[in-house]
Amino acid sequence: MALVFIPSLMQNLSNGEQRVSVEGANVRQIIDNLDSMFPGFKNRLVEDGRVKPNISVAIDGEITPLGMIEKVTEDSEVHFLPAISGG
Amino acid sequence: MTTADYERNMVLATDTDYKVIGTRPVRHDGADKVTGRAIYGADFDAAGLLHGKILRSPHAHAKIISIDTSKAEKLDGVKAVVTSKDFPQSESRKDQWLKDNILASDKALYAGQAIAGVAASNPHVAESALGLIEVEYEVLPPVLTTQEAMASNASILHDSLTTEELGDDTGVVSNVASHSQHVKGDISKGFEDADVIIEREYNTKTVHQGYIEPHNATALWSPDGRLHVWCSTQGSFVVRDSLAELLDLPVSMVRVTPTEIGGGFGGKIPIYVEPVAALLSRKTGAPVKIVMSRRETFEASGPTPGSQIKIKIGAKHDGTLTAAYAWMAMEAGAYPGSPVGAAVQCVFSTYDIENSTIDGFDVVVNKPKTAAYRAPGAPNAAFGAEQAINELAEKLGMDPIELRLKNVATEGTRRPDGPVFGKIGAKEVLEAMRDHPHYQSDKAEGTGRGVSIGFWFNIGFDSACNIAVNKDGSVNLTEGSTDIGGSRTSIAMHAAEVLGIPVEDVRPSVVDTDTIGFTAVTGGSRTTFATGWAAYEAAQDVKKQCIERAAKIWDVDANGLQMEDGVISSKSDSELRMTFKELAEQLSDTGGGISGSASVNPSGVGGSFAGNIADVSVDPETGKTTVERFTCVQDVGKAIHPSYVEGQMQGGSVQGIGWALNEEYFMNDEGTMTNSSLLDYRMPTSLDLPMIDTVIVEVANPGHPFGVRGVGEANIVPPTPTIANAIYDATGKRMTQLPMSPGAILSVSPE
Amino acid sequence: MPAKTYVQTTINGEHVDFLCEPRQSLLECLRDEIGLTGTKEGCNDGNCGACTVNIDGRIVTSCLVLGVEAEGADIETIEGVADGSNLHPLQLAFLENAALQCGICTPGFIISSKALLEQNPNPSEHEIRFWLANNLCRCTGYDKIVRAVQDAAKRLQEA
Repeated sequence: MALVFIPSLMQNLSNGEQRVSVEGANVRQIIDNLDSMFPGFKNRLVEDGRVKPNISVAIDGEITPLGMIEKVTEDSEVHFLPAISGG
Repeated sequence: MTTADYERNMVLATDTDYKVIGTRPVRHDGADKVTGRAIYGADFDAAGLLHGKILRSPHAHAKIISIDTSKAEKLDGVKAVVTSKDFPQSESRKDQWLKDNILASDKALYAGQAIAGVAASNPHVAESALGLIEVEYEVLPPVLTTQEAMASNASILHDSLTTEELGDDTGVVSNVASHSQHVKGDISKGFEDADVIIEREYNTKTVHQGYIEPHNATALWSPDGRLHVWCSTQGSFVVRDSLAELLDLPVSMVRVTPTEIGGGFGGKIPIYVEPVAALLSRKTGAPVKIVMSRRETFEASGPTPGSQIKIKIGAKHDGTLTAAYAWMAMEAGAYPGSPVGAAVQCVFSTYDIENSTIDGFDVVVNKPKTAAYRAPGAPNAAFGAEQAINELAEKLGMDPIELRLKNVATEGTRRPDGPVFGKIGAKEVLEAMRDHPHYQSDKAEGTGRGVSIGFWFNIGFDSACNIAVNKDGSVNLTEGSTDIGGSRTSIAMHAAEVLGIPVEDVRPSVVDTDTIGFTAVTGGSRTTFATGWAAYEAAQDVKKQCIERAAKIWDVDANGLQMEDGVISSKSDSELRMTFKELAEQLSDTGGGISGSASVNPSGVGGSFAGNIADVSVDPETGKTTVERFTCVQDVGKAIHPSYVEGQMQGGSVQGIGWALNEEYFMNDEGTMTNSSLLDYRMPTSLDLPMIDTVIVEVANPGHPFGVRGVGEANIVPPTPTIANAIYDATGKRMTQLPMSPGAILSVSPE
Repeated sequence: MPAKTYVQTTINGEHVDFLCEPRQSLLECLRDEIGLTGTKEGCNDGNCGACTVNIDGRIVTSCLVLGVEAEGADIETIEGVADGSNLHPLQLAFLENAALQCGICTPGFIISSKALLEQNPNPSEHEIRFWLANNLCRCTGYDKIVRAVQDAAKRLQEA
């Protein structure tokens, strides 16, 4: 199962758990399954079927441009980070 | 020039097998730019052109009670006046705020905020008309620093703004728009284990990107409903999509043609005058041009935040960092959106630290809405963190580069914000700094020396590219990344390398939003990486089709052919060979032309580290700091065009030097900027600087076909702490405020 | 509207005449009345040098010169630096030394440096930096601009 790192400001939803193992073959499934385990995550992360524009998803250290459809493997690490750009 | 006994611009190149990559051709748009022929936004002309000017709020914080434009409308030569009422209604608060920043509706939230726009037959008449617009304000107390804004009795800018914590609305009405946090390990344990702790607070002031070309736009809203805008922008598609949203138009009805652009550095990503010009054009039926003055550029575009930064770092006697804490509040300006999220992700990322907590706050204040400035947020954070590291080194009796090397992040290090690093070049940059003749040489008498290193993660996002083959063996390449620094040539070099043709045979053009696929901004250090990649893929597409065409011409299986160095040949039959030029001549007769295209949104972005060594002398009577010697070392993955890579390093270093020594917005108590001219907003001149020596380190980014990492931004991160560390070495004064201007240095006592 | 003045002047060796209001700067006249947009506006108060032109052998910021003052003057702008389609050694040196990034300050720098090299064919680094201190560049950090001027000096001396 993939390892999802819970941002410290969301750990109130996961009963203080910092890392949670979650089933899922892509980001959408990971978020759906995480939400079934700990209700409220989907609300924080998703809007109109997409990851909220101010949040980025990183799989194994790389920010994915594919959002919900990015594939996730058994050994993946999943991080949710504030989205940033540049100048 | 003082002859140097070392190479002033080094390239520690890897993978030198390329024909075009790594060379230094003259840029394709060069002749136009040195003869004054290149058309920048203010140079653009159109038949029947009207000139627009904008009325701006004199108050930093005020309710707008009424706006009376009737007298202005009657002035001879005035053709139209617009206010926020001319915008279509907004649904989202975010859209309303964007409109308010372009033409204020119910409140003025900074001195300089646009209130109304006038179009007239010439700019002087338009200017006179502004004086005839009558605005009634109810002035409110302004909030000008993060400390004031976060205080419990602070004047509130937005009644509807509640603090957000990573996607969660706390419901608390405040000037704090958001709070972000990253936690790794346990810092209380980490600080317990530390033998030495450094704890300081630092403050930075608002600074401007300082591009020499002010904002501009010409808009023509046609009777058929199509809007065409010509402007200097870092992102023509951003302008298009923003205009479509704000003016309630389908994207297909908006066309943005980017003119040449005179500097951006992040400040020309947002839109300012484009929608006003569009609204005026709709009212008049004529093209309307608006060009900001220098004063407007300072007061009414998007500077970068002032900030308050608290750093606490602990280490063991042997130099191992055990814990790091950062608390950062950044000014967003009048509307939320400071780069505190980026600052929080960069502040300690150079180091492998087991325990860290980082808190970041996005705070609104009565100043212009901030915009990105080259690695936005990271220089502020580095000003604190990199000084603290040097202080630690001093307390531990360690060389500051050695302390950094002992704790440096490498591939596999977990960052303070969570993800694990891929292949990075921080260690290589530090080693190149340590081994450089600058660091190895003795300091000149009366000077102090400082070092620092900074990080920027760089971005990817969308780019598109089309390539068409011409009969003479040259190719036309079209792309949508506005060219601020020679990028059209670096992008052309990608295509030339793939096709095996000279770069002079690639004709690159930067085209408009109707002519190329969606391309994200020229910024975020993404252009060479992503648009270069699009050119690479488009060229591979052309290459594939060339092989197929040759196979058709020779009536053989395409799998038995190859194309190398511009020659198509058979792997088995040495008789079968033709050059790309020879094939190009035959295309029309053998089935038609060949064109390739690609649209990419690549992952595999690699971050970049940049380090500085600076020697300074400080006049004890005046406090004036002279930069005697400066070296910039940066890991760029692969330097496509080393001269332009060096140029980015030198440019970012000098912006950082200005930020360190002189630049700041002087705000009076009413919240007005009192130094909004290039005389009093003091940017570096040629006389203020030595040569900026460079070392290009190449730790190839495995995610890009040529190993490219973005280079544009990371180099502005280390200069402010480097100069601060050098000033400390020279004077014993630890500067915790930016800028470290003469008066500031005199006001601080040595430690 | 204020009455316009008729001005006769020489620009890049050609006789040019134009009409302007007394309040219009030479910069505005060059760009908006005559159509020579190579000279740029960066600040309109003499502090960035992007509008530098050469009047009667002296470099000036044209934003601080009135259009009417051009009467009878001999003016050189960036458009007159190349010799037909042959770039001037300074222009070649700027290109080959990558001394421009966005290019907006480049016309001003070329006019200023040309005047320097006409006066001082072999300037030191310090003399170059001193002379060019009123031309602001935000992109390059000046390093490659100084090199370009030194390179041009060499080319001109060898010519």
